[in-house]
Amino acid sequence: MIDPRLVLLVSAALFAIGVAGVLTRRGAITILMCVELMLNAGNLAFIAFARLFDGPEAQIYVFFVMTLAAAEAAAGLAIVIALFRLRGTTDVDEINLLKW
Amino acid sequence: MEQIAFFVLALLSIASALVVVTNRNPITSAVALAFNLVSIAGLYMVLDAQFIGLLQVIVYAGAIMVLILFVIMLLNLREEAQAHPVGTFQRVLAPVATVLFAVAIGRGVWLSTPPVFPAASAGYGTASSVGRELFTTFYYPFEAISLLLVVAMVGAVLLAKKKLS
Amino acid sequence: MIDAAISFAKIFVVFNALMLCVSIMTWVERRVSAIIQFRWGPNRVGPFGLLQPIADGIKFIQKEDIIPAEAHKLFYLLAPALSVIPALCAFAVIPFGPEVTILGRKVSLVILDLDGGLLWAFAATALGVYAVVLAGWSSNSKFSLMGGLRSSAQMISYELPLALSIVAVVLISGTLRPSEIVAQQAGLFTHWNFFKGVPFLGFLLFTIAGYAETNRTPFDLPEAEGELVAGYHTEYSGMRFAAFFMAEYINMMTSSALGITLFLGGWQLGIPESWQPAPGWGLWTLQILAFVGKLAFFQFLYVWVRWTVPRLRYDQLMNLGWKGLFPLSLANLAATACLVAWNLNVTR
Repeated sequence: MIDPRLVLLVSAALFAIGVAGVLTRRGAITILMCVELMLNAGNLAFIAFARLFDGPEAQIYVFFVMTLAAAEAAAGLAIVIALFRLRGTTDVDEINLLKW
Repeated sequence: MEQIAFFVLALLSIASALVVVTNRNPITSAVALAFNLVSIAGLYMVLDAQFIGLLQVIVYAGAIMVLILFVIMLLNLREEAQAHPVGTFQRVLAPVATVLFAVAIGRGVWLSTPPVFPAASAGYGTASSVGRELFTTFYYPFEAISLLLVVAMVGAVLLAKKKLS
Repeated sequence: MIDAAISFAKIFVVFNALMLCVSIMTWVERRVSAIIQFRWGPNRVGPFGLLQPIADGIKFIQKEDIIPAEAHKLFYLLAPALSVIPALCAFAVIPFGPEVTILGRKVSLVILDLDGGLLWAFAATALGVYAVVLAGWSSNSKFSLMGGLRSSAQMISYELPLALSIVAVVLISGTLRPSEIVAQQAGLFTHWNFFKGVPFLGFLLFTIAGYAETNRTPFDLPEAEGELVAGYHTEYSGMRFAAFFMAEYINMMTSSALGITLFLGGWQLGIPESWQPAPGWGLWTLQILAFVGKLAFFQFLYVWVRWTVPRLRYDQLMNLGWKGLFPLSLANLAATACLVAWNLNVTR
């Protein structure tokens, strides 16, 4: 049988990799993708706990997180497109309009 | 048998996550992320959450990632340039910090989680059990999230629209 | 242990049957289109040109292996495989026969009897979009990219009416498991889901959306020769092109098989139970043949429609999908929900 602690370790590893991606990468869309990675790590932890507590509640939370991620991806990508039209680049190091 | 599936899928998901984070071509990152999502869906199914696993493939890998791929191709994004010349210190610090972070979280979960799963009840993870809870206990959040989706759709269309000059 | 062997045997049988059907389909397509166009079609190789698929296979294998200069190698090589794999996987949940007894063991003739079987079929269809997008992008050619983006946009647009018409059937049947949906359509053919709920409409929507999903005429502008040379598979030749071809035919078969399972009773014979022979290999062979017969008819229908209906322009195609089929499938779903609530014409 599978050890629940291993599942949560995988989730922790994916989350840490996602954080590293968000902090390191320069392209706006790649950062969005690493945020999706973090959301999925959280979802995996939810599913592990749903199996531990043997109930459908945590699965419904995963359902909501998935839907939220879809809405966030759509809105985030629209923002990136609008930003690209304005500045000609999606490089977040170049989009420093508020810097003094 | 389940353990083998779990280990293979876990390795695949971590490997593809590493590709997402390190590869400079955004399309390769996107395809690697799609692969990662499908392997996580496999992990869900190994953990008996069939409905959510299939939903993950349909929604995440089948819709969201295709959207991201389309936007990358629309904007014709090239390979990412390196920031400033990355020195050895940063090159070593990033993976070490990631591992330390993962260990910090991992130690917490390792000490506070039981080592075996209990037996699953009949009908665990099926669409009917999830759906029953969704439409009774979580009815108001369900309606709220459908409203949220409409708002996100309208917002995305408005934001990405070309100005009529 | 023995269950794994049975599963392997089922996978082996279905895989080989699908591949055989693909090669038969190439012959059927060419002969039937020839008949419709009042010409001969292939009749040189073997009687009635029946060995033409073998000749085609040999031709594909001996072609030169060309990769375009600036193509992205990994995705260029991956895309054909990526198109065949989801197409084959989708067929895993379709019941192609009743529960037979082989050597004393009950064997249900479906590879994966999942609780959410329809979701699996839909998920595999959704994954097929990647191959198109990656093939178009990695070929590094304008025609390929345009064709790939148009094809994939068309596929994801028509996933919505497809899914909604499936949901209407799930409302009537109360289950996502294909074998149960088929079991509920037993008896006279008026019990088929084709006539339940809002009659004809669900099936019509499913079929039209299925044609668009598989990029077949009248929705094949992205691969029409006069428009985009060959769309996303312009730069492919030899066995890789054959892989895309195979994937298209397997997608056609999966789409038809799904439609048959949901709306036309799957392997059910359509005659009242009192007229059917007693359960045994006689009845079971008849039922498997019924499934294959229905599938064959739908493949013939695909070819027939291809050479009868003119091609839709791309904007007409997208308008039809978003402004025509999608509201219609929503209306179908709402009407079916009302009929289920009032228990009219939805006897389970």
